[in-house]
Amino acid sequence: MQLGFLVDLHLCMGCKGCEIACKVENEVPLSTWRLRVKYVDVGTYPETKRTFTPLRCNHCENAPCERICPVSALHYIDNGIVNIDKERCIGCAGCVMACPYGAIYIDPETQTADKCTYCAHRIASSMMPACVVACPVEANIFGDLEDPTSNISTYIQQHTDVQVRKPEKGTNPHHYYVGASQAHLNPLASRREEGYNLFNKITTLPLGGHH
Amino acid sequence: MVHETLAATNAVVTLDVAIPDIFWGWYVTMNMWAKSIGTGLVFMLFLLLKKNSSEMNGLRTPVMITSFIFMNIFLIFTWLDLHQMWRMWHIFFYPHWTSAITVGAWMATLFVGLEFVMIAVMIRKEKCLLTKQPTAFFDKTLFWVTLLAIPVTLYTAGIMAEATARELWQMPTESAQMILAATLSGSAAMILLGGSKLSDETKSFFGSVLGLSALMAFIIYMSEYIFGAMKAEEVAAILHYVKGDGEYATMFWIGQWVAYILPMLLVALYRVSGSNSILSLAAILAIAGLWVVKHVWLVIPQLLPLS
Repeated sequence: MQLGFLVDLHLCMGCKGCEIACKVENEVPLSTWRLRVKYVDVGTYPETKRTFTPLRCNHCENAPCERICPVSALHYIDNGIVNIDKERCIGCAGCVMACPYGAIYIDPETQTADKCTYCAHRIASSMMPACVVACPVEANIFGDLEDPTSNISTYIQQHTDVQVRKPEKGTNPHHYYVGASQAHLNPLASRREEGYNLFNKITTLPLGGHH
Repeated sequence: MVHETLAATNAVVTLDVAIPDIFWGWYVTMNMWAKSIGTGLVFMLFLLLKKNSSEMNGLRTPVMITSFIFMNIFLIFTWLDLHQMWRMWHIFFYPHWTSAITVGAWMATLFVGLEFVMIAVMIRKEKCLLTKQPTAFFDKTLFWVTLLAIPVTLYTAGIMAEATARELWQMPTESAQMILAATLSGSAAMILLGGSKLSDETKSFFGSVLGLSALMAFIIYMSEYIFGAMKAEEVAAILHYVKGDGEYATMFWIGQWVAYILPMLLVALYRVSGSNSILSLAAILAIAGLWVVKHVWLVIPQLLPLS
């Protein structure tokens, strides 16, 4: 079994329901996110549109975080999920530095690394990840990539524009996007205005603690 | 390059989480800087043994103690940088051997342990249980410690290379820079520690090591500075922070001047004038400048948003 995720960006409307469901399900502390929806505005007024991209751990086949972890706190489980053992983590932040997708954070409460686990605890009880359940338009498609009849495999077969983030990194992500442009997937394809955001002026997150 | 499409798309991120601040900051800079001096001194002591062992008298113990102190500074800052520092022992009980962090921690521990034994043997000469000839023991062990110093100084390059999110850090260039940082700071520290105990010829030799290390490290940095942007757009975006009006441009050039350019010029001046003060100044500048150079190169890739 190889579990994977696919997001159909044609369907996503940026409601952030998945983001909130993830926060609640996994008790993700304030100022940190396992899953987030990035908004990128494209075009010049009046010809503008807003794009939405849910971003989470890619559960790579060749995961740099798993490779650099000095104590195997980050490890693969049988269904292909890259899981984390918070009791073993020493908080060296090697995984944070190694992940090309910025998907790993240091939990300010436990001072250990954390990230999306595809809700491994729910899957173990035969439930879908919280973000999949919460999505009102079924833009999140989750399933077994090794089963050709699964929803995700069928979706990949039927769509020609299936992409992953940063394929040049050689990480072989198990997280796919349909209907994505460079502005969705490539951080260098959009500008970040300093000190300005839709809802606040915070662009950089101080780490606190002993740093 | 997607950057060039920006004028057409006018794509702007309007809602995202805040970008995390620098994760590996000056604690890690201290780590790399102190390790360069610690291992570099061992390299230089071994060179001195092979070049003129009679000048080792009176230098074995103080040089090894200085190296030991800097290696412990390196270890302390490594430990302090952990968010869960009391779990450090996990590295020894749950080692994951694909990680350069694990391999490095084990080798550095062995290295520091051997240094401790060598110092103890030299200090307790009369009561030493290990050997009746402490100096011979020291010199023989120095060979193995020098061999071990090579991977100990290189492993940080391995960690940086495994941090694949930071495209700027590549193993070939970083490993060369780590070795050159060790020979640069090691020779500089040896010049300062040796003082009058070193002959003019030996001082000139360490001066040459210092000058050549500075030259080669400077060439590598300039190669990255000029040609790095051609290999990947991420590297181009990172190098933008040290170019033109980039936020780390001033610090980058201060580092290059203090660590490399000025020491090179001062070593050349020393070879003409023979002034020990000029050589000592070159050594002090090289050690101080190395910290700045390391810090800039560590921080700039972390400024780039990853998503």
